[in-house]
Amino acid sequence: MQSFLDIFDIYLLEAVINGILLGGVLALLALGLNLIFGVIDVTWICYAELVMIGMYGMYYLVQVFHLPYWAAAPLVILLVALLGAALHFFVIAPLLTAPPINQLLATGGVLFILQSFATVAFGIDFRNLGIRLPVLALGEMNFSYARLLSFAAALIGMVCVYLFLTRTFTGTAIRAIAQDRQIMPLMGVDPKRIYLVTSAIGGGLAGLAACLLVLQYDVHPFVGLSFGPITFLICVLGGLGNFIGGFIAAFVFAEIISLGGLFSDLEWGYVLAFAFFIVMMFIRPAGLLARRS
Amino acid sequence: MNRQAAFWIIALLALIALPFVHRDPYHLHVLVLILIWSFAYTSWSIMGRFGLVSLGHGGFMGIGAYVTALLWNHLGVSPWIGIPVSMATAGVLALIVAYPCFRFRITGHYFVLVTLALSGIVLQVITATRDYTGGSLGYTPQRAQSGKGLLALQFDDKTTWYLIALAVWVVGLVIWRAIDRSMIRHAMEAISEDEDAAAAAGVNVTAEKLKITLISALMTALSGALYCQYQMFISPDTVSGIAVSLQMVFAAIVGGVYVALGPTVGAVITIVLAEVLRISFGTKAVGWDNLVYGVLLVLFIIFLPKGILGSVIDRIKSPRKPLRGHEQQTVPIARR
Amino acid sequence: MNGMLELKSIDAGYGSFQALFDVSLDVRAGEAVGVIGPNGAGKTTLMRVISGLIRPIRGSIAMEGTDVVATPPHRIVSLGIAHVPENRRLFPRLTVADNLKMGAFMPGARAHYAERLEFVFELFPRLKERLQQMAGTMSGGEQQMCAIGRALMSNPKLLLLDEPSAGLAPVVVQQVFELVKRIRASGLTVLIVEQNVQQVLRVVDRAYLLEAGSIRAAGSAAELAASDTIKQAYLGV
Repeated sequence: MQSFLDIFDIYLLEAVINGILLGGVLALLALGLNLIFGVIDVTWICYAELVMIGMYGMYYLVQVFHLPYWAAAPLVILLVALLGAALHFFVIAPLLTAPPINQLLATGGVLFILQSFATVAFGIDFRNLGIRLPVLALGEMNFSYARLLSFAAALIGMVCVYLFLTRTFTGTAIRAIAQDRQIMPLMGVDPKRIYLVTSAIGGGLAGLAACLLVLQYDVHPFVGLSFGPITFLICVLGGLGNFIGGFIAAFVFAEIISLGGLFSDLEWGYVLAFAFFIVMMFIRPAGLLARRS
Repeated sequence: MNRQAAFWIIALLALIALPFVHRDPYHLHVLVLILIWSFAYTSWSIMGRFGLVSLGHGGFMGIGAYVTALLWNHLGVSPWIGIPVSMATAGVLALIVAYPCFRFRITGHYFVLVTLALSGIVLQVITATRDYTGGSLGYTPQRAQSGKGLLALQFDDKTTWYLIALAVWVVGLVIWRAIDRSMIRHAMEAISEDEDAAAAAGVNVTAEKLKITLISALMTALSGALYCQYQMFISPDTVSGIAVSLQMVFAAIVGGVYVALGPTVGAVITIVLAEVLRISFGTKAVGWDNLVYGVLLVLFIIFLPKGILGSVIDRIKSPRKPLRGHEQQTVPIARR
Repeated sequence: MNGMLELKSIDAGYGSFQALFDVSLDVRAGEAVGVIGPNGAGKTTLMRVISGLIRPIRGSIAMEGTDVVATPPHRIVSLGIAHVPENRRLFPRLTVADNLKMGAFMPGARAHYAERLEFVFELFPRLKERLQQMAGTMSGGEQQMCAIGRALMSNPKLLLLDEPSAGLAPVVVQQVFELVKRIRASGLTVLIVEQNVQQVLRVVDRAYLLEAGSIRAAGSAAELAASDTIKQAYLGV
């Protein structure tokens, strides 16, 4: 009995730590979505599909063109950043004066496009980088380097965005535009340019997440569906456009998924996370309403 | 008015007579699909037209299909009982998710994202319970012994299915019309214009929204169950998840959500399009139909947000005033 | 004195509602000019037309000889026009420092960011103490300082002030007009729109009376202060 508890605790600790590691990547995704919502007032429901395209980008650069991982990653971040800017330019910009719901549904159309584009272009097979990073054994616990690396890179990515937002003129404008849209031109700011820059940053974050997720998961056209919904729940619970709320919610959800996965399949972790979300809506709606538009 | 009623009765009789005159099984098959999906899209539009844009309907459809099939296969419960049970399940889930949303005024983006997560989660549950549901490989209701087709709601005859689907579709339109003429419609229109004003005017915002959501979810679950019984094969991707939800939105928007027959027009267009692509490209068509849907969806929202039927009716009603670009831009797909 | 800003026969409005009718005015370099008039006379519309937020229906606007009617609003700042909007419109959840930074967003102004900051601190030492405070948590007077400071960060030639005294306590109003005097003294040209006629006529050289969207009177501050109509309607004498 005693030994059983020991093992159990070790597994529990391992799951908790793995949850934190997962939380890093989820926080990265939530930050990207929140940034775009805060600045442009639109939700990209195809956000996880941008990540999927980025994962395919990594697959092709590494497996087909034999680029080293560290060289492929910046290219993919750039590619998805461009994709984000293009999404804004071709889909959102023409709809800026339209009701928000139309903008949102248009990005739903893009979700269709990206998913089926991937199906047509890459097929429905599962693919991976073929990079298997070693496992770090800490006492009796095992942590994959892939997760540790992802966590570190996600944190670095978020710090970079934080520095950009606080230290640069453009970053300050990005924070300001969410507070008062109309007077931005009086500051000499062209809102259209800020929107485009923000979309590119949002895309870049998706690209970074893609580089990290592809280390842990196989890529297929529907891979976005396995973490897209959870990202939306995180953003809603944290308050859309609320960076800090999103950051905290990401770790809460990651723990639930990780601990839920400890007792059953990973999918049940997601189900548990959703149930938790519904309960939270009943007991703490204020947390949800922080920045309701 | 009488002439109009006569027209609809004749049209309905013609639709009923159709399978006895034209017996091509492939055409009938496409028609059954169109009718079932029309019913599903109509169900979505019943709440979508009032600005309650749900992306959770993929979940309700999945529940309708899977609960019915699981009850039949594992417990031997006839779909005649299984379908109401599955509808009730979807209804309860709809209420559980919708109540806090409406009670705490979660609207717009938030509502869409919450419902989006709902359909994602239903998909995850179906995949997770692969021991019972077959997971992503799909699921087949067991064939009934001969002579028990009626009990199992399994018919080999396309004409029977056509008539069932037609009846359900007509019921869908009747429900639409009933709502159109009821107080719910006025309440919901007031709510979609301005929730606070509606509440101040004595409308029970939460209750009215819940009513319309419940009706919509029940109908959607029924469409899922029918689809399952007709196709005798379901997979998580074809009856649940975000893709199915978006498919509903797409068809409703293409056809137009403000007109009773709009979703039907959307179903005709999408299914005919999918079939044409399938026939001309064969197995290579996998993915292409959704690619075309996606592109069309974006183009429709940008250039024709009232949908095909909605825009055509607009033109007929005011032929002198063509829609100006500016006006089009400000038309919400669903009033919000 | 050279002409700086010149408006000729401006008609402007929102949608089908017209707020300005045939408005012409000019501001010469180094001057302080006031536009006075009651609520709803079109004063704010006038300011918005000058800074490009609203396109006029008719008429021309020239800044130092260049026509700016077709210039997008975010470019107008770089011509040397800075607009302090009605109700200050600071970014409430940004610090004072960040608000000032936004004022220097234009590439031309960024290069002189440090100098401008010094200049603003000289005028408003209070802002230096409050740099890390959220702008929305300051008092009305401090917010007005911050709003003017933000506008000055772009190194403007012409400062547009829209109702700087609105919503402020009488003592603070006094202070704000003192500030306007000091800004003038630093060599800036000022166009100020106010309902507080008595105060504004003390700080400007000339003024226009705007009523129901049209210029009804114009003259030196002293002339207007002495005119019977203005005395009766606005000065309560």
